[in-house]
Amino acid sequence: MSTPGQTVHGPFDAAVVGGGVMGCTTALFLARGGMRVALIERDALCRAASGVNAGTLTLHMTRAALVPYAMRAWQMWMETDQWLGSSVLATAAPGLSLAFTEAERELLRARAAARREYGAQIDLLERDAALAIEPGLNPAMLEAAFCRTDGFASAYLTGRAYHAALRAAGVQLFEQTAAARIDQINGHYRVHGPDNHDGSIRIDATRLVMAGGVWLEPLLAMLDVRIPVKTLVNQLIITERMPPVMRSVLSIANGLLSMKQFANGTVLIGGGWQGVGDRARGPVETIPQNLTGNLRLAQHVIPALAKARVARIWLGLEAETADAMPMIGPLPGLADAWVIGCVHSGYTSGPYMGKLLAQTMLGETPELPLFDPARLVAAAPELPHREQTP
Amino acid sequence: MSEFDVVVLGGGPAGANAALAAASTGLSVALFDENPSAGGQVYRAPIDGPGAGIDAGSGADQQAGDALRRELAASTVTTFFAHPVWAVTGEYRVDATGPHGPVHCSARALIVASGTTERVVPFEGWTTPGVIGLAAATILLKSQGMLPGRSTLVAGCGPLLAAVAAKTIEGGGKVEAIADLAGTADWARTVPALLARPDLLWQGAKWWRTIRRAGTPRLARHMIVRVEPAGERLRATLAPCEAAGHPIDGKQTTVLVDCVAVGHGLTPSTEITRLLRARHVYSRTAGGWVAVADQDGRTSRPLLYVAGDGAGIAGAAAAATHGVLAGLACALDLGASNPSRLKRRAELARKAHRQAARFGHAMAKLMALRTGHVDSIAPDTIVCRCEDVTRAEIDAACEAGAQEVNQLKAWTRCGMGPCQGRTCGDVAGELLMRRVGAASRESVGCFSARTPLRPVEVEALTGEFTYDDIPIPKAAPL
Repeated sequence: MSTPGQTVHGPFDAAVVGGGVMGCTTALFLARGGMRVALIERDALCRAASGVNAGTLTLHMTRAALVPYAMRAWQMWMETDQWLGSSVLATAAPGLSLAFTEAERELLRARAAARREYGAQIDLLERDAALAIEPGLNPAMLEAAFCRTDGFASAYLTGRAYHAALRAAGVQLFEQTAAARIDQINGHYRVHGPDNHDGSIRIDATRLVMAGGVWLEPLLAMLDVRIPVKTLVNQLIITERMPPVMRSVLSIANGLLSMKQFANGTVLIGGGWQGVGDRARGPVETIPQNLTGNLRLAQHVIPALAKARVARIWLGLEAETADAMPMIGPLPGLADAWVIGCVHSGYTSGPYMGKLLAQTMLGETPELPLFDPARLVAAAPELPHREQTP
Repeated sequence: MSEFDVVVLGGGPAGANAALAAASTGLSVALFDENPSAGGQVYRAPIDGPGAGIDAGSGADQQAGDALRRELAASTVTTFFAHPVWAVTGEYRVDATGPHGPVHCSARALIVASGTTERVVPFEGWTTPGVIGLAAATILLKSQGMLPGRSTLVAGCGPLLAAVAAKTIEGGGKVEAIADLAGTADWARTVPALLARPDLLWQGAKWWRTIRRAGTPRLARHMIVRVEPAGERLRATLAPCEAAGHPIDGKQTTVLVDCVAVGHGLTPSTEITRLLRARHVYSRTAGGWVAVADQDGRTSRPLLYVAGDGAGIAGAAAAATHGVLAGLACALDLGASNPSRLKRRAELARKAHRQAARFGHAMAKLMALRTGHVDSIAPDTIVCRCEDVTRAEIDAACEAGAQEVNQLKAWTRCGMGPCQGRTCGDVAGELLMRRVGAASRESVGCFSARTPLRPVEVEALTGEFTYDDIPIPKAAPL
């Protein structure tokens, strides 16, 4: 039923709330599977984590149990022409994770072994072998873990690529539309957009996919599903263009560095050093000692970076569950409602995760198992107030 | 870390006067500027040592600048010149780099007087070497004592046209022509405001007398449509245009010069207040995006003030009084003793400010971005010169569905280079608004401000360290 100033769209076969890599890929494969799909995004597509992350496509930072997913996703990123249409400049490059101390060497070996168990082809290299791959490395390093399944993309291009693909697949895009409320009416879901002077938008769909990244906690609360989602505020630093100083993707044993040089000569430094921010305010500002620490670590690994000029620093929000494993699957207690998100190194694995969920929703057997969200539902309701979506 | 009651960012007439006013009430005040001395762009000091032969050390601007520098030196203000500020965070922390390494300090209140960036509406060949801004020409003339070229074309709009042309002629250079976007009628509309400032009217009259005596033609309602290399020189093609800045049919003129000095107005530099998330609006007549502020410069954020042209273009005289107002407002808000005396001082300053701003606002109108001018940019003309993004690429992104400038930035790299969109931002926003048919500049947004405010060398931030000094966080989960 429409009231004046209210526009009801649909009913769609599926409404996807959240337009990052996972929501977009799910929507894309659902549409290609024959469903009428609406995609609802508070900002523009892939402008949060999916568009501002470091674009690292690596197994060295992937949680061991996610390696099989990340390897398949890596392949998808390298073949975007076959399923996405346009490029995000995905580039294969050798990946090196480094140890500078004996303790880091132990950590490096243990982590490489754990990832190997899940199928990652990671070899340990002595210093000289690593220097042969990456001559710009600080020779003070002791050992490196080497993987060929590594590389990077230009994450800022993600939105443009998905925008074109989703339009071509007939997905109806509702950008700048923050979900304010979700009702269940007569066996379907109704997503309420914000009420503003233009009136208000309502989107009806028989299936619902929640893919809202760090905003999943308040979004799921709209369905009375209480799953805590932690927000990480990751710092990224990019330099001006400079002559070649590295040709591999570099990280350190404990995972707190990611670094690569793009074809245009800029060097991107990340690794998950934390800044100030939260899901209500978004990213706010860097913490000075974390900025210096991240830069020192980068300069320690590639000494030539001392003369690089920092062009831009920013922060991106990353979602994490209580056990730091993904939630991908049917929402408990609801019919035809699903969630996808909180995948560690989510940009690397994202497209494959979206494809798996779409397979499941289309009635196929997914190639690899999903990650049941029921395990994460908060046991005792102690909810004095419900957080508002910003 | 040094602690101050107030940190002022920018040492032009607004910032210097804000610092002096705040310090006069007994507050501890620090003043930062990336230039080697106070004065800003308008009262820029000549560099030490022999210049290139032009006498830059006389004239009213120079005297006003010297007086300001003397007053600052005699005050209690702690000055950090040659210190580019690269980050402003928290409530409030200022990070700068200086000749002796990084400097940071904290302040209870922050006054931002960061001036303006010159706008150039792109035309074919505007990135050719030898094409410079009117502001750059001013720096050469005032600070370096150097002519921009042996023969120069001066083009664009606003009072800088006459200033640059007259100073070039006085320095022994030849100005082949002045191409002014504004027509005689546009200037005539400024007369009432000009009459309020006989001193500046007199200065303008003197400039134009110099220009007339040199026989330099002024082409009213004319714009550059093309600049191309011609041997070792530049050939510029000028075309007549209508009031909105769009070229029209008519006789085109070509001039052969070694320098083209061109500027299409000034845009307030709002990176710091945007970084601190103060509220902003777009005001075409104020020059572009400005922080929302009361008449004394109080922004939407507590103890954050803006002053001078960075708060909206109103000219140097108004910047000085606006600085006084912000300095006094800051002192009052920090609980200075004898508030009634400060309020009386502020009342006088407000009166002087209204008088001064009237003239500046009239000039700002002449320099406002013209929609027809932006529409006339050709498809293969570069808009973002850091990243070589053309108008056609921007149009293609709009066609593909970009609706907001940061989305446009991600899709095209427009504004992603070292200048962070300071140069192209106003034009890119206008192109996007026109292309998508948006109702306002607000609805297509503004480039997100990011640190560092100026590019900064990695080792200037990392300093001396060993691996053990790096506080590496605990390992990520396996």
